Amino acid sequence: MNRELKRVSVVVLLMFVALLVSTTVIQGFQADNLAADARNTRTLYDSYSVERGPILVAGEPVAQSMPAGDDYKFLRTYSNGPLYAPITGFIPINGAPTGLEHALNGELSGTSNAQFFDKLNAIITGQKPTGAAVEVTIDPVAQQAAWDALGDLTGSVVVTEPKTGRILAMVSKPSFDPNTLAVHNNEEVTSTYDALLADPADPLINRAIGDLNPPGSVFKLVVVAAALESGKFTPESTFPNPGTFQLPGTNTIVRNTEGGNCGGGATVTIATALRLSCNIPMAELGLELGDKAIRDMAEKFGFNTDYTIPLDVAQSRYPRVLDDAQTALSAFGQYEVRATPLQMAMVSSAIANDGVLMQPNLVDQILAPNLSKLEVFEPMEVRRVMSAENAATLTLMMVNNVNDGAASNATIDGVEVAGKTGTAENGEDDPYTLWFTGFAPANDPQYAITVLIEDGGGLGQTGYGNLLAAPVAQQVLEAVLNK
Amino acid sequence: MPAQTDRQTAPQGPSASGTTPAGSTPTGSIRRLHLPQKLRNLELFLLIIACAINAGAVVLVQLGALGTIDTQLVLLGAGLSFLVFGLHVAMRFVARDADPFILPIATLLNGIGIAMIYRIDIANNDAGWESASVRQIAWSAIAIVAAIVVMLVIRNHRILFRYTYIAGFVAVILLLLPLIPGLGHEVNGARVWISFGSAATFQPGEIAKIALAVFFAGYLVRNRDSLSMVGKKFLGMRFPRLRDLGPILVLWALSMSVIIFQRDLGTALLYFGLFLVMLYVSTGRLSWIVLGMTLFVGGAIVASQTLSYVNGRFTNWLDAFNPAVYDADGGSYQLVQGIFGLAKGGLIGTGLGQGRPDITPVPQSDYIIASLGEELGLAGIFAILALYLLFVARGFRIGFAGQDDFGKLLGVGLAFVVALQCFIVIGGVTRIIPLTGLTTPFLAAGGSSLVANWIIVALLLRLSDTVRNQPRLVV
Repeated sequence: MNRELKRVSVVVLLMFVALLVSTTVIQGFQADNLAADARNTRTLYDSYSVERGPILVAGEPVAQSMPAGDDYKFLRTYSNGPLYAPITGFIPINGAPTGLEHALNGELSGTSNAQFFDKLNAIITGQKPTGAAVEVTIDPVAQQAAWDALGDLTGSVVVTEPKTGRILAMVSKPSFDPNTLAVHNNEEVTSTYDALLADPADPLINRAIGDLNPPGSVFKLVVVAAALESGKFTPESTFPNPGTFQLPGTNTIVRNTEGGNCGGGATVTIATALRLSCNIPMAELGLELGDKAIRDMAEKFGFNTDYTIPLDVAQSRYPRVLDDAQTALSAFGQYEVRATPLQMAMVSSAIANDGVLMQPNLVDQILAPNLSKLEVFEPMEVRRVMSAENAATLTLMMVNNVNDGAASNATIDGVEVAGKTGTAENGEDDPYTLWFTGFAPANDPQYAITVLIEDGGGLGQTGYGNLLAAPVAQQVLEAVLNK
Repeated sequence: MPAQTDRQTAPQGPSASGTTPAGSTPTGSIRRLHLPQKLRNLELFLLIIACAINAGAVVLVQLGALGTIDTQLVLLGAGLSFLVFGLHVAMRFVARDADPFILPIATLLNGIGIAMIYRIDIANNDAGWESASVRQIAWSAIAIVAAIVVMLVIRNHRILFRYTYIAGFVAVILLLLPLIPGLGHEVNGARVWISFGSAATFQPGEIAKIALAVFFAGYLVRNRDSLSMVGKKFLGMRFPRLRDLGPILVLWALSMSVIIFQRDLGTALLYFGLFLVMLYVSTGRLSWIVLGMTLFVGGAIVASQTLSYVNGRFTNWLDAFNPAVYDADGGSYQLVQGIFGLAKGGLIGTGLGQGRPDITPVPQSDYIIASLGEELGLAGIFAILALYLLFVARGFRIGFAGQDDFGKLLGVGLAFVVALQCFIVIGGVTRIIPLTGLTTPFLAAGGSSLVANWIIVALLLRLSDTVRNQPRLVV
């Protein structure tokens, strides 16, 4: 009998070992995966029940957690919601957070690795855990000025500090109120979200970093930079100046925006072509440079690269393979060249910063609840894009563009503004995309600004960069310079 | 559970002791060591620790979930401890040599269960007689009194041997009770309860498992020769004669009818597993296990194809995380939420009163282990499983060291039924096997289960006392 008993004992032992293993697998190995399951309401309640850290603009919270008397314990509130929505994003109770709420979720909710010891300390001392505060680089004056200047236009304004890469304003319109998506009611959140998603104006998209448009003439800055850096061209290099230009190997005819040739004369200099924003000389220059030289320069400025600021920035594109006709079209920012407003801001900023590109950045520092600094974002140099002399030359050309050229609506009394407008075609009958990118003051750049206006600014194919985008830039620059 | 002799009675512990059937080869000297109050003092010491842990658990629940200490429940718990100490005192008179670990383990598990049920009451805002925890305390009191009565009435377990067939009859009656119209009561589709008005419901099947263990032990001791000696050899195993298949077929039919008429997979598995193990231990023939498993698995497969509720259990088990299964009516929602709760607990748990076990449906009964896992973590689960394992080991010890075959079989049967029940419930919650409705012994909310398990405690204590108390041969 005892022999059988022994065997049964072994079976019982195995049964318990099975239980030990199954609980270990669930509570140990699979715990993280199970916590990440969207159906796990415990994780959701948890992310709400910690006092999530605030997002601060110049010391004032634009997103903060207020005590709520329900299961979630805290209600996320966004002051001035639509203005800061592209920056804060939102955190819904039944989906994934967006914006900084997403990018810095770990820090805000107090679960990042840097906060491990704080978390441990909270467990031991029995304190309620709190998330860290995120201080952003946004300047409320610049943000508000950009918001006001853009008015009812669909588009985006990005203001940066060329010397540091700090983003001072990031506006996207139309916007939405994140408070409506943070309510503690599943159905309400879902219906609001679905309505925003269905809106043809795409209010949920952060156009500053998430929307790709053909840059049009603002891309000429990249081409001219490539020309100067090649050493083969100066602003005074000349090109034939016809009224029409047939793309090599095709029947396509390219014209200058104003029609006719570029400023008169049989030849035209690069300086004049940029000042008057002519397409034909740029196409000729592009063909002489070749697509590789332009692509190298574009990539130095940040095209074809992913950036996080720490929001994810859509990758701006300069195509990897181009024939001659495509190279010519790309030289004035058409064909398949695409850019975000932030990318164009990086181009202006690098020119303004003596040719050195700084890492664009939205966050100054992250502060633990006890105000100790968990993380400080120091200005970071990405690379030297061009020589300081060439940057100065290009700056001078951009100043002329504003003072005496195609970007005349960006002039400010008493301050030299450097800038470049763009009017990009989308499709045969589609409205244009309008651009301005530049910086001021030209001799000591403090602010770089990029304005994007989509949908032709409501004017279809009759609007152009200088008409709609340049005044927005002027208004914002005036506001920040007069601060 | 290493096979070894009783350390208190044979301190030298001969190494080869377990390999020879006890009592069959009296080669050693007869010794009798009488250390009566030492065992009881150890038990008292452990009981005090168990009660202190229980009180601590209740206080922690209050601090974690309420933020204050409410003395009412602590006082009720203290009353319960008083009864447990009553059982201890009774043993000092009528079972001086009983095992000192069984009672503290049962007390600890019972108390932790009450603390967790109380914690869920707080989450649900239940209080007073409506709250499951107060009822659980009342049932615990009844159960412990029942254990004291059993301890006082049954002075010698061999009395039970006389009532073998009566026990079998009682078991069948108890099983049939819920099927009687007017008396039976259906919960979640399973018809295993009887109700006396609206106030009290009772699950007679829980008591039936004790009656069955007594019946199996008595029946098998009487008939094991015919069940083990004769038969044909096939594939290296001696299979029984056709006419000896009677008992196993009757039990199989009984289990299957529990599945079909009472819609209770877990109970059927419990009874049949108990029978098979006791049959195997008494006859020593593996063929019974093979035969029995084949019958049961075959029956279960047929049931899973033909009975929708069994089929649903299998689907929920195999494909729990599939959204369609998860969202289905009677789908895997509860199972998955229980697993989320366990995962939330992680290694050390959220702390008592600080998790959200109330998200899982019925967190105080079938899912109490998931609730405990959420708040006490893997560490707590391991501790609880270790307590169960120790409890079962003490029962098996009776089997190893016992003198009479009836006592041995009964001890093993009662201990095994606790082990198997743990495995069925916790294995179901953690997806080792399909989830079937059974209570976690001592922990889960439920009066009948508590009464049954405390009677098992009393019987095991009585058996262990007999084992030590008798002059015996040490081999």
